[in-house]
Amino acid sequence: MLFFSFFKTLVDHEVTVELKNDISIKGVLKSVDQFLNIKLDDIQVVEELKYPHLSSVKNVFIRGSVVRYVHLPSAAVDVALLEDATRRGTWNSEMG
Amino acid sequence: MADAGDGDVAAVSEPLDLVRLSLDEIVFVRLRGDRELKGRLHAYDSHCNLVLGEVEETIYVVEDDDEEEETVKTIKKQSEMLFVRGDSVVLISPQAAS
Repeated sequence: MLFFSFFKTLVDHEVTVELKNDISIKGVLKSVDQFLNIKLDDIQVVEELKYPHLSSVKNVFIRGSVVRYVHLPSAAVDVALLEDATRRGTWNSEMG
Repeated sequence: MADAGDGDVAAVSEPLDLVRLSLDEIVFVRLRGDRELKGRLHAYDSHCNLVLGEVEETIYVVEDDDEEEETVKTIKKQSEMLFVRGDSVVLISPQAAS
């Protein structure tokens, strides 16, 4: 639940999702669910020459389990709030 | 809970308490796939999902030279803010390994 709430605060921000097969997809975060499945719009594959098979795809659903990293814009992250919520272990009320 | 003292002195009674003490500190994280991260810990949960800031990622790649020699190449990457999915995490260490 914790990171579910966190990602909901990042909707409409541009993120880069790095998958476990090393493909990185940059796009606008459109939605997220409790499994941290992710929907991205206006996607662009980083290193497109290496991974050309997604070059015509506009938006994707990414299964949460294949995600390795999500690179976030640090300006969109309230670090103090994040740490407080982590300490309390209850994010749901104050975030998302 | 059988906490000895639940005062302000944060006791380490379960493993993730060690991680809690590292909040807002630099941590060293080893990941599956010969990857390591060093960065400031901003958030975590019980799955070891993490958010790290000012991250340096190190990837170790074994390369076969023209001979039979194998050399380990390291690739370093920086990221200002990074979410790490917990199922890739092997260990989290409070003191930044050098």
